Amino acid sequence: MTEPTVDAALALEYGLSEEEFVRACEALGRTPNFTELGVFSVMWSEHCSYKSSRVHLSRLPTTGARVIQGPGENAGVVDIGDGWTAVFKMESHNHPSFIEPFQGAATGVGGILRDVFTMGARPVALMDSLRMGAPDHPKTRGLLTGVVAGISAYGNAMGVPTVAGDLQFDSAYNGNILVNAFALGIAKKDKLFFGRASGIGNPILYVGARTGRDGIHGATMASAEFDDESDAKRPTVQVGDPFMQKLLLEACLEIFAADVLEGVQDMGAAGLTSSTVEMAGRAGTGVELDLDCIPRRAKKLAPYEILLSESQERMVMVARAGMEERVLEICRKWDLDACVIGRVTDTGRWVIKATPGYDPLSGDPAPHESAKQVFVDIPVSVLTDDAPKYNRPIADEPRALSKYPLDIASIAYDPRADLLEILASPNVGSRAWIWRQYDHIVRVGTAVRPGAADAAVIRVFCDDSMNGTTPSPREKWLALKSDCNARFCELDPRAGAAMAVAESCRNLACVGAEAIGLTDCLNFGSPKRPEIMAQFAAAIDGMRDACEALGVAIVSGNVSLYNETETPEGSRAILPTPMIGAVGLIEKPADVLTMGFKRVGDLVAILGPHGPGAMGGSEWVWTKTREVKGTPPSIDLQAEARLQRALISLARRGLLASAHDCSEGGLAVALAECSIAGGLGALVRIEEITAGPQAMFGEDPTRVIVSFLPSQLQLIERALADAKVPMRLIGSVVSESLAIEGGPTWTIHEMASAHARALEAVVG
Amino acid sequence: MKAVVVQFPGSNADWDAMRALRDVAMIATEFVFHKASSLPSGTDLVVLPGGFSFGDYLRCGAIARFSPIIAAVRQHAERGGFVLGICNGFQILTEANMLPGALTRNTHLRFECRDIHVRVDAEGPFTAGLAASVLRLPIAHAEGRYHADEETLAMLERERRVAFRYVRDNPNGSLNDIAGIYGGPRRNVLGLMPHPERACEPALGSADGRQLLSSITKSILAR
Repeated sequence: MTEPTVDAALALEYGLSEEEFVRACEALGRTPNFTELGVFSVMWSEHCSYKSSRVHLSRLPTTGARVIQGPGENAGVVDIGDGWTAVFKMESHNHPSFIEPFQGAATGVGGILRDVFTMGARPVALMDSLRMGAPDHPKTRGLLTGVVAGISAYGNAMGVPTVAGDLQFDSAYNGNILVNAFALGIAKKDKLFFGRASGIGNPILYVGARTGRDGIHGATMASAEFDDESDAKRPTVQVGDPFMQKLLLEACLEIFAADVLEGVQDMGAAGLTSSTVEMAGRAGTGVELDLDCIPRRAKKLAPYEILLSESQERMVMVARAGMEERVLEICRKWDLDACVIGRVTDTGRWVIKATPGYDPLSGDPAPHESAKQVFVDIPVSVLTDDAPKYNRPIADEPRALSKYPLDIASIAYDPRADLLEILASPNVGSRAWIWRQYDHIVRVGTAVRPGAADAAVIRVFCDDSMNGTTPSPREKWLALKSDCNARFCELDPRAGAAMAVAESCRNLACVGAEAIGLTDCLNFGSPKRPEIMAQFAAAIDGMRDACEALGVAIVSGNVSLYNETETPEGSRAILPTPMIGAVGLIEKPADVLTMGFKRVGDLVAILGPHGPGAMGGSEWVWTKTREVKGTPPSIDLQAEARLQRALISLARRGLLASAHDCSEGGLAVALAECSIAGGLGALVRIEEITAGPQAMFGEDPTRVIVSFLPSQLQLIERALADAKVPMRLIGSVVSESLAIEGGPTWTIHEMASAHARALEAVVG
Repeated sequence: MKAVVVQFPGSNADWDAMRALRDVAMIATEFVFHKASSLPSGTDLVVLPGGFSFGDYLRCGAIARFSPIIAAVRQHAERGGFVLGICNGFQILTEANMLPGALTRNTHLRFECRDIHVRVDAEGPFTAGLAASVLRLPIAHAEGRYHADEETLAMLERERRVAFRYVRDNPNGSLNDIAGIYGGPRRNVLGLMPHPERACEPALGSADGRQLLSSITKSILAR
């Protein structure tokens, strides 16, 4: 390929602003060549550099007694006791999934799994957090079907169960769906691996799939808004091969166990470039690579293409000198390509050599050393620590709530019909159509399956061998859930983000688990717009507030900006969606609670403060008007912390039969879900049910519905009084129907069938 | 008693089988890599586990049947040794002609993972004393629709080789509701789509799969 002349205009086409181009020239003391421009383009992209978000991310709490590795590595690591750790992270694959839903979602799962096993962990669970456009938008059906099929294809073949997730629909995502994938693995505390190119002279190895032209400039694509030409970006989407990755996983775990590596990193966004630059950056070293020996599947690859390819299922390893043969031997066992591609240096520079025009696939003879040329020579720090950082302008107010007035009285309210309508809402009803397509039970650890409780519960095996050969390995029990009610974030980003953290942790408490760490995936619009940056900054503050109140840290995460679409009416941003993935630890299996009512005669109570019945941003309002408006709920984080502690304590004492939090659809939907899941109903008193929808469908946070044996009442009352958590007894469990005293009655059957058909309208 | 779990590239329920055999049924069990050309001496039971052998990008199991270990498994079966193929393992056994018929794409064309019910319709080493019992077992497959020509189906029914039949509902469109079949000279080969190894501990929602483990344990001891 003939290389174009590099100047500011070309740089702009490659996503670098004029100031950034000048900065690049100054850092090099010359104008970058075309290959180097490509490197700057991806490394300084929002996706790789976090240039707009870093200044805000630093406000998040990232440390704690259990935190072994916070943000900055491939994944976060928390201590789960007895020398074992949980390794987890969540990441977006929004832009590729909108362009090509199956491959976009599949490679999203593949990428997050690599981030986790790169740390030395065996992946044991996946979650998927999806945001789709309006249920009746013409693209929604194909996008949802494709995304679910892609996650299913990749996760199932890898043998990692997808155990939880969440899904919300809103027209704000019509042109920008969200696909956030979470993975969790288990590793021994003293056998963690990090992405560091340490040890001058150590060999750098390439392991895994061959390099092709797929995904070139994926990171740059993910750092721009969509327009009418988005379909033309399909070639920037990578193609996944879960079988290749399964081999890569098993080979990596075997290589890790052989104890021959200094560092390892997967090739994700910006491929070979980003992985080797980051490894050198973390270790404070330099790297010299020879591209002539890169395994490849496409002919005539230029250095530019090799460096920027985002071909999947590839890893970079730094072996201890002399140990490379052991790595190659294990790769041969698994029929994987592997070779030495360079060395760690002490220069602090990232140097790329190649023989111009050399193509091993065309049968060219191996080039002579003297024929090699330097294609890239950039100081590592210029691409990492010294990359641009922006403190972008922030609007005074993220959104004026008054812009969204809500007159509840003007909306028709019929408690009986409304509950059935909300149960059948695609935002609330059964997700069985989705999770049945996921192998959610492989690895024989799924103790609480999707749909049975507020969070998934998995049993993990702490297996010293990492490959299943340790007899009767030690068992630990973890809970997982992802959450974010983006409607609340739209109406009040700070409170909304705090509530996302609170709800995800509350969901863990509802299965008897204590939150031990969080990961996030911050999905927002364009950072160049002050009102979007205001949302972002406020959301970070809200997350911090909640993390501090609940005593939990964010240990890993991902930022996805530019989730906007140009429309004839102007640029349309998504609802601000700071997705939270929460991980909890369960002391003993007997503590585990599920949501379904268990026995006729059990008492039913609401734990938590009695709120005003906030309707702003509620599912009831959305179901009736298809709009997000009104004043959202507010949250008392201290009350939330007391509730969660008390709930976990009651679970550990074995005093409760069921627990379920009130979220979308409020108290009425929560009671219906307890009834559907348990096949038993309840007879309850709800005051002021006739006054308006607030009592039934208001979405005040910090409320959990529990049921328990009447004989436990005194013990529970005493424990809650000590913990300063209010409780209201509202009724008892009965068979066959949910009934409100002096109000409507619903049979389990009619509620269950409404709930079961919720996604039918979307997927047909 | 000795069992082996064969690991093909892409096997992913190999651990599930290991866990059930070794830690639940307490049978000495080891993994054997697909490139091995022989089984460890004294092997009583060979399990071909679930998964996506070689990615299953072609017909499921179509490439795994060429693995070196398959010849040894075939010999083991011909000598009357016990072979259990679960899910992808069942698919491999049909591709290797160790069991008749084929597993084709589910009629609804989706991968499906959920609990189903099967009735034991034929006794044998894996189902001794279980005739007519109904077991709750999970399925997790996209290609589980059992298909065979009329003659083969008639033979399976005549010889009472249909070990398991879906009851209440047929999740994949299998002919005659077939979920698992016996083969081998002494009914010593069993292939089934549901996962008994994932239903061996009450913590996982069902322990019905243990009944197969107890049966095969007794059968091994009886020889």
